[in-house]
Amino acid sequence: MNTSPTDALSIDGVRKAYGKVQALDGVGFNIRRGEFFGLLGPNGAGKSTLINIIAGLVRADQGRIGVLGHDTVRDWRSARRLIGVVPQELVFDPFFKVVDMLRIQAGYYGCGRESWPWIDEMLVKLDLDSKRNASMRTLSGGMKRRVLIAQALVHRPPVVILDEPTAGVDVELRRTLWGFMSELHAKGTTVVLTTHYLEEAQDLCERIAIIDKGKVRVIETTAQLLNRHPFRFLRIKLANEGLLPESLRPLVSGEKNGSIELRLDREKHPISGVFTALRAAGLDLEDVHTREPDLEDIFIELTHDHSRPAVNGGVR
Amino acid sequence: MNQAKLPTDLAPEADLARFSDRVGFFTLTAKEIKRFWNVLGQTVTAPVVTALLYLLVFAQAMKGRAPVYPGVDYTEFLVPGLVMMTVIQNAFANSSSSLTQSKIMGNLVFLLMAPLGAWEWFAAYVTAALVRAVLVASAMLAVALLFVPLPLHAPLALLAMFLLSGASLAVLGLIAGIVASKFDHLAAFTNFIITPLSFLSGVFYSVHALPPFWYAASHFNPFFYMIDGFRYGFFGQADVPIALSLAWAAGFLVLLSTICLWMLMTGYKLRR
Repeated sequence: MNTSPTDALSIDGVRKAYGKVQALDGVGFNIRRGEFFGLLGPNGAGKSTLINIIAGLVRADQGRIGVLGHDTVRDWRSARRLIGVVPQELVFDPFFKVVDMLRIQAGYYGCGRESWPWIDEMLVKLDLDSKRNASMRTLSGGMKRRVLIAQALVHRPPVVILDEPTAGVDVELRRTLWGFMSELHAKGTTVVLTTHYLEEAQDLCERIAIIDKGKVRVIETTAQLLNRHPFRFLRIKLANEGLLPESLRPLVSGEKNGSIELRLDREKHPISGVFTALRAAGLDLEDVHTREPDLEDIFIELTHDHSRPAVNGGVR
Repeated sequence: MNQAKLPTDLAPEADLARFSDRVGFFTLTAKEIKRFWNVLGQTVTAPVVTALLYLLVFAQAMKGRAPVYPGVDYTEFLVPGLVMMTVIQNAFANSSSSLTQSKIMGNLVFLLMAPLGAWEWFAAYVTAALVRAVLVASAMLAVALLFVPLPLHAPLALLAMFLLSGASLAVLGLIAGIVASKFDHLAAFTNFIITPLSFLSGVFYSVHALPPFWYAASHFNPFFYMIDGFRYGFFGQADVPIALSLAWAAGFLVLLSTICLWMLMTGYKLRR
């Protein structure tokens, strides 16, 4: 795979082991310029390892990564200037004020005073303006998270990677962050997001890769992912007491507050068949609700089905 | 407020032209200076007061003893050694504590992700440590000179010894900071290497006064040459020739710098 400048990120055969644990096992895919891309997977899947390799914090055992055509090892200086990474951990430097920290971070990237108006703008957009002269150590967790986001964007990178940026933050910050990210994305910034809030990924991401046990399980557009699920869900509440017919019991996927959720194959289990079976058993319905599968259903199915072959190398 | 222009309006190659390598180095240097400047009482005043207390106590205790060198009484002899010992300890402490603290706090990721090369890290940490060393040495000399007259025999040798020694210890501090993964490691480095070597380096005595074994052992201690060469700059007299002191100090700096730059370039204990 070439590190093409038309791709924001090109990841080719990346492997990384920590002792006997194979954190990444030949991961390869491309992220196009201007995409809002979701990188999903359960804890320990290898997402953060991959991000840390892209950011230069971890060295890959094998494979190559390009940022807008710049190799992260051979041309590391250019590659690092073109990406901004929001780390997962809430880290900060206690010696400095918020605005100083941002100016220092801009300086590390080679940006001087010309970056200060952008820093001021970010302080406003991320609701940090009232804390600009506050010491980092006095900020709440949410405020520190905002500063981390601003630090990643301080050099105005065309590719932004957010490693679980909304973990443990309130609704207001999530809204602020996604509003700001959507604005940057609309202007052409490539955004790569990892999150455990799958509804965020479903709402924001154009394409999604699901990683599990160091391998890419699937990489598709969000719409394709949602359509690939062969099931739909039917929640029923029975009006009278009675046993669910034998034929429906294998379809039960959950029970909550007196309702039963059935997982129905679109081809094999028409909804009318469920109603017929219930009527035949003498059961009346009090309430009925259908639900289309969401990303969470697909995520659970994919990350629990390890017999599925992994999709690695050159998938677009 | 003017809307800042986003980089994505530009081609990536053109976009890279807006960055400056020099700004990165100067920013890291300024940040490292600001880090100790914010706690000046702890990083400059405290070590100066400690060293001046040593001077006061030893000068009183050793009052009336025969001059160490012809025409140089004990109090005069003591001042350059104490200044250099303080420089050694503070240059080491500056880079080692900064790096270890960043590692433990986790904020080292900001530096590791930044487009800063091994030489820029190296030069920035060493420069900041030297600035602290200059402040400590100047404050000590300013106070000491009020009570102890000191000649200035070879200012260039004095400056060279100061720079070589301060830089060596700043680099050693960087190495210690890279190797240490907790403050205990750093304390062990300070307590079992830096402090013993500086106390056994002839700060408080001429090595000619030592028994033969310790006299010989002192000649394998690089701190001895740093202090002896620095003292030569003031008095024009020392235990060993100035050329030997300069050679030892320069050799020590080259050796440590080679090790340190290798660590920074390979990401030893920094990038997993």
